[in-house]
Amino acid sequence: MLRRVFVSGVSWTYLALVYAFIFLPVAVLVLFSFQDGRLPVPPFNGFSMQWYEAVFADRKLMAALSNSMLVAISSSVVSCVLGFLAAYSLARYKLPGSALQRGLLIAPMTVSYLIIALGLLALLNALHMPLSLLTVGIGHVVINLPLCFAIIYASMGDHQINIERAARDLGASDFKVMALVTAPMLMPSILAAFFLSVTFSWDEFIIAFLLSRFDVTLPVEIWSMLRSGLNPKTNAIGSLVFLASVALLLILEFSLFGRTKKQ
Amino acid sequence: MTATTLEDADRRKAWGFAAPALLWTLAFFVVPFLFMAAMSLWKREGREIVRVWNLDNYARFFSENALLQGLVNSLEITVIVTVLSVLLAYPLAWIIAERVPKRFQRMALILAILPFWTSYVVRSYSWLLVLSKNGVINQMLTGLGLIAEPLEIASTRTATVIGFVHFFVMLLTLTIYSNLIQLSPNYRRAAADLGANAFQTFWHVVLPLTLPGIMTGAFLTFVLCIGDYVTPQILGGNNELVLPQIIMLQLGRRADFPMAAALSIILMLAVTVAYVLCARWLKIERA
Repeated sequence: MLRRVFVSGVSWTYLALVYAFIFLPVAVLVLFSFQDGRLPVPPFNGFSMQWYEAVFADRKLMAALSNSMLVAISSSVVSCVLGFLAAYSLARYKLPGSALQRGLLIAPMTVSYLIIALGLLALLNALHMPLSLLTVGIGHVVINLPLCFAIIYASMGDHQINIERAARDLGASDFKVMALVTAPMLMPSILAAFFLSVTFSWDEFIIAFLLSRFDVTLPVEIWSMLRSGLNPKTNAIGSLVFLASVALLLILEFSLFGRTKKQ
Repeated sequence: MTATTLEDADRRKAWGFAAPALLWTLAFFVVPFLFMAAMSLWKREGREIVRVWNLDNYARFFSENALLQGLVNSLEITVIVTVLSVLLAYPLAWIIAERVPKRFQRMALILAILPFWTSYVVRSYSWLLVLSKNGVINQMLTGLGLIAEPLEIASTRTATVIGFVHFFVMLLTLTIYSNLIQLSPNYRRAAADLGANAFQTFWHVVLPLTLPGIMTGAFLTFVLCIGDYVTPQILGGNNELVLPQIIMLQLGRRADFPMAAALSIILMLAVTVAYVLCARWLKIERA
């Protein structure tokens, strides 16, 4: 009995300590985004919204925010479409060398983002192609395509084949089958792939840093803010991004994925 | 006859569907990578890249102490981070899977990985707020009178390790938890029937069964950690540079792309060696 109490005491203490470790930086980040003063470190001088106002007044930061959204959404759409088509082809047709093709499509997952970015940068430089949001987007499709392909491919079960065959027998073309039968059946995993890829692209730094020049994404803009040292404005934009992501996560948890689980 | 033509049409269609993804990967991943590998065998002279095939960059890596030390630092930090993260995450995952009541487990897990959703750059910056000379930890310790002078944690290897461990504890808790929860309770019941106590059951049954999950997580940690530039640059500063920092230095001030390419290839080789070492425990394929 005493031993049980001891074990559970140790367990809960451990749990509390690790949670404290995990939450410490986030708590400090959010708390000092409200700092009434120029330094986001103790002592806390009192609540102020001035740094949030500064964030919304910062045109460069707001431009970076919309650049990030543009790159994240468009690169994720491209990744999902290409990944879906490839998954459909590899799951439904027996092509020679299909194991090799799967390997090729998954390969970028095993390589560091830094190396992917350097390779693209070297090639773009050699071809004298200018760096822009487009090149960032191309890089983000490279890292997200394996992910989207793998998720969608894994969810393409054999049980859907008969339904697709029925649609084809009734005269539907391949594209009609894909758009009206396969895609709706796989919608949960397509959406999961899409949102995961949006998250990855949104948060990605090194590719966006190396492959952009004048228009930059949010992580790159935050990176250049760091050069001025500790600054409550950085806390404010960091907290905003965090809260927005958590809100998105909760919406997904309760609407999309919650519903599919019940079905 | 009709059958074969149908087959041909099917085959053409199948290639057509797979082609965009395959071409994208070829054009923007394989070709750039091969180009970079070729470049690592060229040389920089002044501002120009000279296309003469040679192994000078690799020779320089092994003869120049600063470069070789970068790889050593990277390996040391990565191994320390991987071991610490597994040691911290396993008990956490175990407590969530075994001690926390079933209906709160999902919530406990979501909480444990919530800070994942701070942006990557911001997460390292947040640790700077905690660890810097006038940061939370130092002010707390001096305030309590425990130390007279603030500790120099920021811009050291310790800060890099703390930042990394924070990230990977969250990741590993997730992978280890999903492994623990899949274990059939029958194994434990059988062990108990055969007279094993709680510790013996854990050591001889649960731990070996979750080893593949641990190794997959540890390998992922290794790969992501050794290739990362952001955390060591923000938290470790310019002391004890790791390989990605040295690669970025070649790009910036020195404009030595061939050397950066050579160092990247070396970084990839390190990951490949790690993969070969833990390959027998890794189960990445579809179950």
